[in-house]
Amino acid sequence: MQLTGAEILLECLIREGVEVMFGYPGGAILPTYDAMAKYPQLKHVLVRHEQGASHMADGYARASGRVGVCIATSGPGATNLVTGLATAMMDSVGIVAITGQVARGSIGTDAFQETDVTGVTLPVTKHNYLVMSAAEIPYVVHEAFYIAKSGRPGPVLIDVPKDVQTEKAEFNVENYPPRLKLPGYQVPKGASDEELQAAVELIRQAKKPIILAGHGIMMSGAVQELRELSEVSGIPVTLTLLGKGAMPESHPLCLGMMGMHGHAACNNAIQDADLIIALGMRFDDRVTGNLKTYAPHSKKIHVEIDASEINKNVKVDVGINGDLRTVLGQLLPMAPHKSHAEWMNQIRDWQEDSSEREILNHYSGEGLLGAQVINDLWRCTDGNAITVSDVGQHQMLEAQYYPHQRPQTMLTSGGLGTMGFGFPAAIGAKFAKPDEEVWAVVGDGGFQMTLAELATARQENVDVKIAILNNSFLGMVRQWQEFFYDERYQSTPMVNPDFCKLAEAYSIPSMRVTRRDEIEEAVAYARSIKGPVLIEFVILAEEIVYPMVPAGNDLNNMIRRPKPGENQS
Amino acid sequence: MNAPQSSKKHIIAALVENKPGVLNRVVSLFRRRNFNVDSLTVGRTHKAHISRVTMVIDGARLNPRQMAANLYKLVNVVDVKVISEGLHVERDLALVKVRTDDVESYNTVAELCERYPARIIDMGPEVAIVEITARTELVEEFIEKLKPVGIIEIVRTGVIAMGRGKRIQDTEYEPQVFENGQTATVERFSV
Ligand SMILES: Cc1ncc(C[n+]2csc(CCOP(=O)(O)OP(=O)(O)O)c2C)c(N)n1
Repeated sequence: MQLTGAEILLECLIREGVEVMFGYPGGAILPTYDAMAKYPQLKHVLVRHEQGASHMADGYARASGRVGVCIATSGPGATNLVTGLATAMMDSVGIVAITGQVARGSIGTDAFQETDVTGVTLPVTKHNYLVMSAAEIPYVVHEAFYIAKSGRPGPVLIDVPKDVQTEKAEFNVENYPPRLKLPGYQVPKGASDEELQAAVELIRQAKKPIILAGHGIMMSGAVQELRELSEVSGIPVTLTLLGKGAMPESHPLCLGMMGMHGHAACNNAIQDADLIIALGMRFDDRVTGNLKTYAPHSKKIHVEIDASEINKNVKVDVGINGDLRTVLGQLLPMAPHKSHAEWMNQIRDWQEDSSEREILNHYSGEGLLGAQVINDLWRCTDGNAITVSDVGQHQMLEAQYYPHQRPQTMLTSGGLGTMGFGFPAAIGAKFAKPDEEVWAVVGDGGFQMTLAELATARQENVDVKIAILNNSFLGMVRQWQEFFYDERYQSTPMVNPDFCKLAEAYSIPSMRVTRRDEIEEAVAYARSIKGPVLIEFVILAEEIVYPMVPAGNDLNNMIRRPKPGENQS
Repeated sequence: MNAPQSSKKHIIAALVENKPGVLNRVVSLFRRRNFNVDSLTVGRTHKAHISRVTMVIDGARLNPRQMAANLYKLVNVVDVKVISEGLHVERDLALVKVRTDDVESYNTVAELCERYPARIIDMGPEVAIVEITARTELVEEFIEKLKPVGIIEIVRTGVIAMGRGKRIQDTEYEPQVFENGQTATVERFSV
């Protein structure tokens, strides 16, 4: 059958299982938009800025484990995707971005809206393509989806010149998918016997072991295996930011988040441990602190799908390059049955010390705390919502005060820390999980970076709830200024719009909360409406997220919240 | 003639698909990861769809295994070998333009060409171009010897290397053939 390149492209997307794509039209991608009318099963969501489209595809992918798709025109449309691609790259999220390009004959001439998009996106994609004929499209699309989701997932971009979209080529449905030819692309599988033996031996000897669980647990579907390993061998689990959901946080062996704003008990335990078992995480500086003094007494096992991550930041004793689910499946039958009562008591002591410092246990002031908002949101949503946070203090508060029970329910930009991610990603997540309750938890700063998507939420009646924690500050930066720049609040106070009026302008219902006793009602109100709702929580301007490991400090050298009665040090 | 190469230098060879922008991907990776390479050379192989990239790195700053793992993350990289891990031969080629405007300098150059695997390939009234093909250390030694004569210009290829005997780096892989019979290699954009 002879089809145009645009039709072939859409046919292939459908065959890759795509149901929705997020995008924005323009000259160089118009042939593809024009062909969309023939494929009503392929839903297109019109965003208000291409960055929003890339984050929506990302949120869709994180919530579902499937590949998210975004689409944009050449030049400015494509460059607007870059932040979203970089975000997905850092957090290993499989998305496919399709961009229009100027016609083949014009490439390299600085034609109108021409940008070297494969060049620009090369460092922020797992792979990218410039398609030079319509006949290649099925091969490229199938490869792109395979690469995006296999191994360590990541964003893949396909740049399609306008005349390739209109060129005709033969497309036979029965030949799809074509056979992949990726000679150098290897997806690691399991561990060798020696590696397993070595790991088991270290577990057997350990008296103070701890598991560090990351995003990889979710991506390889190893939630059950992780839990079993932890229970069988009696090993407590601490989570990276993106690892939240890898183990139910109510589980007695799950200690919650580690790192710069992680629980003190987790950081103390890592520094004191005699065995670190790192699973699907990459020892980012936000979780290690000073590498020279990191986990100094421990042997280390690292199971990781990306070979280049092993021994990159932290030298390990046993490095296993493999798929977590497979490797843990191999390890489980060999795992020694153990418990570590003394070690757990030590950890409980640290936790006890933290709960004495816990602000929710002693704060009785008038003003609303972000911590209270998140805690109550957790309570009022039965701890069961998908939360998509932006970047800043509210993000760390979410991580601390909203324990998650299930995988793929806590979405956030961890690696790149992209402000503006939260709200559009929540829209994408809702498309992926229409039956789940989805909350965007955002700061007043970050929300204003992508709030144009309010119109998208309205147009599509996306049932996302927006919780703005409004402290009229770029809060996290203010906190750094308070600690490290003598409280010089240079360019962090913000004069904000009236967020409720703003919502009203978009015909989105809203509510403003200033007192704790209003939270429950506001959350109930938001939940009662099927469609977007905005709740503005006016919180204290100068809240601090504790504990904090100042960048470069030893991991257990944290700034702690003083205990009641203790002097601020 | 020279001491065996210092153990710190590693030679890595990668077979890459001969596709548009592949060299760009390799070089971009090095820059992104802050990998320093002493030399990098690229050329076709006997298979039109495969090129071979040879890199020399300083082992004190960079672990060759780490480098290989990163190279493998590039989808178009087919095979990576640390050539210097085993028996191998290596060659660097330099063209050196030297002053030969008096008999003495000409004689010195001619004499050096006898002692080193070098020859004069262009002889003019005032300058000559000398070619040397040898291991890097030898090439460098030769260049040092030429310096007093008066070097005017130098160009070097960088190291290429090959495993000896049965140490073979090749791939069975054949390029994708599209439904219309075209292959995936777009020659005019390659490397
Ligand atoms: C795009 C982008 N620009 C700048 C930053 C640096 N940054 C990190 S947190 C932060 C403040 C965020 O403020 P807000 O969104 O109000 O959230 P809060 O910290 O107050 O909860 C800034 C500016 C960033 N992470 N991303």
